[in-house]
Amino acid sequence: MIPAAFEYARPTSIDEALQAIADGGDDVKVLAGGQSLIPVMRLRLAAPETVVDLGRVAELRGVRDDGDAIVIGAMTTHHDVMTDPLVQQHAPLIAEATETVADRQVRARGTFGGALVHADPAGDLPAVALALDAEFVIAGLQGRRTVPAADFFVDYLTTAVEEGELLVEVRVPKLAGEWGMRYEKFNRVAQAWSIVAVAAVVRREDGHIAEARIGLTNMGTTPLRATAAEAALAGAEATPEAIAAAARSAAEGTSPSSDLNAQADYREHLAQVLTRRAVTAAAGL
Amino acid sequence: MTAVEDRATAEAPEREVGKARRRKEDARLITGRTTWTDNTVLPGMLHLAVVRSPVAHAKISSIDVSAAQEAPGVIAVLTGRDVADEQGSIPCAWPVTPDMVNPGHPSIAVDEVNHVGEAVAVIVARSKAAAQDAVELVDVDYDLLPAVLDMEEAVAEGAQLTHDHLESNRSFHFVFESGDAGTGQHTDEAFRDAEVVVSRRFVQQRLIPAFMEPRSVVVQPQGDNYTMWSSTQVPHILRIMLAMVTGVPEHKLRVVAPDVGGGFGGKLQVTPEEVISLLVARRLGKPVKWTETRSESLMTAHHGRDQIQYIDIAADREGNVKGLRCRILADMGAYLRLVSPGVPVLGAFMFNGIYKFPAYRFECDGIFTNKTPTDAYRGAGRPEATFAIERIMDELAVELGMDPLELRRRNWIRAEEFPFTSVAGMTYDSGDYETATQKALELLGYDELRAEQRRRRESNDPVQLGIGVSTFTEMCGLAPSRVLGSLSYGAGGWEHASIRMLPTGKVEVVSGATPHGQGHETAWSQLVADRLGVPFEDIEVLHGDTSISPRGLDTYGSRSLVVGGAAVVNAAEKVVAKARRVAAHLLEASEDDLDFSGGKFSVRGTPGAEVSIQEIALATFAAHNFPEGVEPSIDADATFDPENFSFPHGTHLCAMEVDTETGMVKIRKYACVDDVGTIVNPLIVEGQIHGGLAQGIAQALFEEAVYDADGNLTTGTFVDYLVPSAADLPHFDTGNTVHEAPGNPIGAKGVGEAGTIASTPAVVNAALDAVRHLGVRDIRMPLTPERVWRAIHGGGDGGDRATAGTNAYGGAQTETTAGVSTPQSALGGDR
Ligand SMILES: Cc1cc2nc3c(=O)[nH]c(=O)nc-3n(C[C@H](O)[C@H](O)[C@H](O)COP(=O)(O)OP(=O)(O)OC[C@H]3O[C@@H](n4cnc5c(N)ncnc54)[C@H](O)[C@@H]3O)c2cc1C
Repeated sequence: MIPAAFEYARPTSIDEALQAIADGGDDVKVLAGGQSLIPVMRLRLAAPETVVDLGRVAELRGVRDDGDAIVIGAMTTHHDVMTDPLVQQHAPLIAEATETVADRQVRARGTFGGALVHADPAGDLPAVALALDAEFVIAGLQGRRTVPAADFFVDYLTTAVEEGELLVEVRVPKLAGEWGMRYEKFNRVAQAWSIVAVAAVVRREDGHIAEARIGLTNMGTTPLRATAAEAALAGAEATPEAIAAAARSAAEGTSPSSDLNAQADYREHLAQVLTRRAVTAAAGL
Repeated sequence: MTAVEDRATAEAPEREVGKARRRKEDARLITGRTTWTDNTVLPGMLHLAVVRSPVAHAKISSIDVSAAQEAPGVIAVLTGRDVADEQGSIPCAWPVTPDMVNPGHPSIAVDEVNHVGEAVAVIVARSKAAAQDAVELVDVDYDLLPAVLDMEEAVAEGAQLTHDHLESNRSFHFVFESGDAGTGQHTDEAFRDAEVVVSRRFVQQRLIPAFMEPRSVVVQPQGDNYTMWSSTQVPHILRIMLAMVTGVPEHKLRVVAPDVGGGFGGKLQVTPEEVISLLVARRLGKPVKWTETRSESLMTAHHGRDQIQYIDIAADREGNVKGLRCRILADMGAYLRLVSPGVPVLGAFMFNGIYKFPAYRFECDGIFTNKTPTDAYRGAGRPEATFAIERIMDELAVELGMDPLELRRRNWIRAEEFPFTSVAGMTYDSGDYETATQKALELLGYDELRAEQRRRRESNDPVQLGIGVSTFTEMCGLAPSRVLGSLSYGAGGWEHASIRMLPTGKVEVVSGATPHGQGHETAWSQLVADRLGVPFEDIEVLHGDTSISPRGLDTYGSRSLVVGGAAVVNAAEKVVAKARRVAAHLLEASEDDLDFSGGKFSVRGTPGAEVSIQEIALATFAAHNFPEGVEPSIDADATFDPENFSFPHGTHLCAMEVDTETGMVKIRKYACVDDVGTIVNPLIVEGQIHGGLAQGIAQALFEEAVYDADGNLTTGTFVDYLVPSAADLPHFDTGNTVHEAPGNPIGAKGVGEAGTIASTPAVVNAALDAVRHLGVRDIRMPLTPERVWRAIHGGGDGGDRATAGTNAYGGAQTETTAGVSTPQSALGGDR
């Protein structure tokens, strides 16, 4: 299909980009890797008046060390995120999850920021960002603000990024202590989206699980934390039995959809099984 | 060894047949730097976009095209009403019964739409983008009618009708009864006396051929002549049919299938869009192009399979089969296309498989529903049949407490019994099921896997292992014209070839079998290189243009090599025979004293007296010194009409892991041994097997065209219609046995469909074998993890899937990929 006609701007800095968005009319869309936006435009689900292409905004690309956090530029491609040494060292969960995104071609173009702002409930990175308590740096013509992951994903395909704003970068806190991580993705073919996936980040202390953070993919209109399971795991023994017991509450408070791949009850079941597996692996068992 | 002998051995060209040559056409096909139809650009060319129905069944109460007509760049907008007098009906060439009901199939709907995606108008514009933009401006009012979507409901008393003007949803009722045909006992009698009867209902889900290159058509008018380029498998059939449908005389119509990127039966069709393109070009006198989007392709190119099969098998307690009864509901969709009714009927002769049934009955109802029409898809009728027989044999084995292989062995045709006439009246040409099975068992490592299966069972491992068997045969090499005639098919099954010897010694081979990715150019060159003794590189294969290869019946049904290749070989033999006369003249010898080998005629007993076929080609061109009364040409053509089908066979074994916690299935190992007769090119054969396996496995595990309660196709993009890639498939352990086909000069059997036909039941049988001890006796295809999990934990066959498309991409569904939803279809899910 062919998208409806649109105006096109290609800024080279964040300031220029914000200006281009402001000048672009009523319906402006930012183009990152285009892997979600362009299909949606081709299907004419979206018909923006102006497309602002961030492809040449160099300052949005790359990963840097910022003391207690690593900072990932919004325009860093999936491929570059996955292979980045800082990511691999401090947030291997992101690398692990990104490796499961689509295929090589999509990972070469699709971006970290684009995936997060798009906030597809079946997308893999939102739940990961949630489990890692990442922070989102958003820029507007009025300046910058930082939003914690817990407040970033607002609704179906909707985030805290308002009209006229840009996601600039994502700060992922470095974790102190003995942490393990695991992303358990459940899908039918290699390049497919998650039917359900679970991101687990677990801190062990003296044979116990001191803290567990569990992000759920595709268990509702936004990524969710499995708070009941997290509570059950806090302070629990690091044994298969204890983990299995806690994982049984993984679907509490979720409202998954029913579609071709899974009906809601099956998704709830998967959330439990995958939580058990992800936490078990993250706890090093 | 003497010096002379030494030279002879050194010069003897290597035999081409049997060589794993890389395909000469691949570089251009893979890079796309070739004549794909959509690459064609003609001066002044206009572009078409089709306005399609977003509803499954409705009367068209009005169409307002005025806004579209005024849109920038738009030249014309035509509705069904505008072309009603000239569009005729999309042809159905296979009236399988004398009283078959054909509702007629307008290319553009006139009064009524009968499936989502049916064309209701066509936009003609100066650019593709302008045409596409105007689609949204056409305003159609529909008076909705109830949609018929379920075959079992469609045949029930008082069912809603797919077509108002018909009396029922039944198109035809086709029966084969061995008692009546004289090929066996009466089936009812066999069942009356049977000790054991097992009955099952199997569902062959609807599939989408999903060829890689979307369909595309270009038409160029030139006076009252028309040239059509189309991404079709069947340029020759298309030409004849277009002439009959549109009234453009056959000799005024040239059809070209340039390089075509896959078809799998999906381009064995005369499509509404081809007819529309021709009508528009004729009306406007301008060249036009139509190229579909992927969404259009999935929604409107014909679908395949879609049968409900009620299978009964009768046997004695020792496991000797006594009878087979198959009642089939076959979904035609909304209309009959080129061979829609013939697809299930081709299967009629294959449900009995490789087994010696004393009695067999096949009954098939062709049913109309408000869905996209179905037609040929890789295997066409035979995968459906093979699935049914190979699944029911497993069910019978379970009932009898027998090993599934042992049951098969007890009933299959033994090697010494070939040629064997089956209970369906087919004469199986050659083969040896036992040897193929033994080899396959070794390839799989059967005993070890059985041991592991036992261990996993005993330890109650959450991941269970199963092994599935499919010992299949199929009929291919379509087809003896006589047999097609007896089945009321509208054409013959011969194939044509000609060979042109060029003055420089190069060779042109003209083939009526038009490839769409199979590798004809390579294989035909190998055949001709051996027969004529010319280098492989010196041969060019021409095809796919009715003015270059004027006679042909194209490519489908694994026919190209066994029928088309046979014609090539026969033509080559004629060239040699003609050249022999010229050689005798030039060498001043008697024809009888000439040997022909390695491309050279030599006089027996006269060393050095020789002339090459290339030299003869030049001498023929010059014609200065030619035998008296002989026309100066050594070109030849041949038409081959097979006397029988060919019957490849093989044993396919699948080992499957089933994660009982999630329902996820994973093929652990796949081994198959196929007998496809003589192998001309092992690399091509291997490729066909791999691709075939991928598609057969895809039916078992991944693919399904799903409609919601409103008749919307919710698997309208590749997000939801899951075509597996190499990453989703196991390594294949393949092997061969070779029993030459006696019915053609090459000895080859068809290989194009074998993998697809054989693999599906092996995969499903494997999954069932893994979980049967948990009480599971059937799981509907595709074996989605959810279905497997439900079958294990809730009983039943896994049930219906929710019909809503996934929410990925923000639910990448629109009117153009699915249709319009109502509150009713929203019941299919709640995304
Ligand atoms: C075949 C295929 C399979 C896929 N499979 C998966 C999968 O398995 N898992 C998965 O997680 N994803 C998958 N994806 C999606 C992929 O991760 C996309 O790259 C991602 O969702 C969007 O990133 P993008 O850079 O392409 O963004 P774009 O498509 O360019 O943009 C997406 C949206 O975000 C907005 N946006 C982008 N960047 C910014 C910014 N900096 N500030 C404000 N708004 C912005 C855009 O305006 C747009 O609305 C798949 C995609 C494809 C094509």
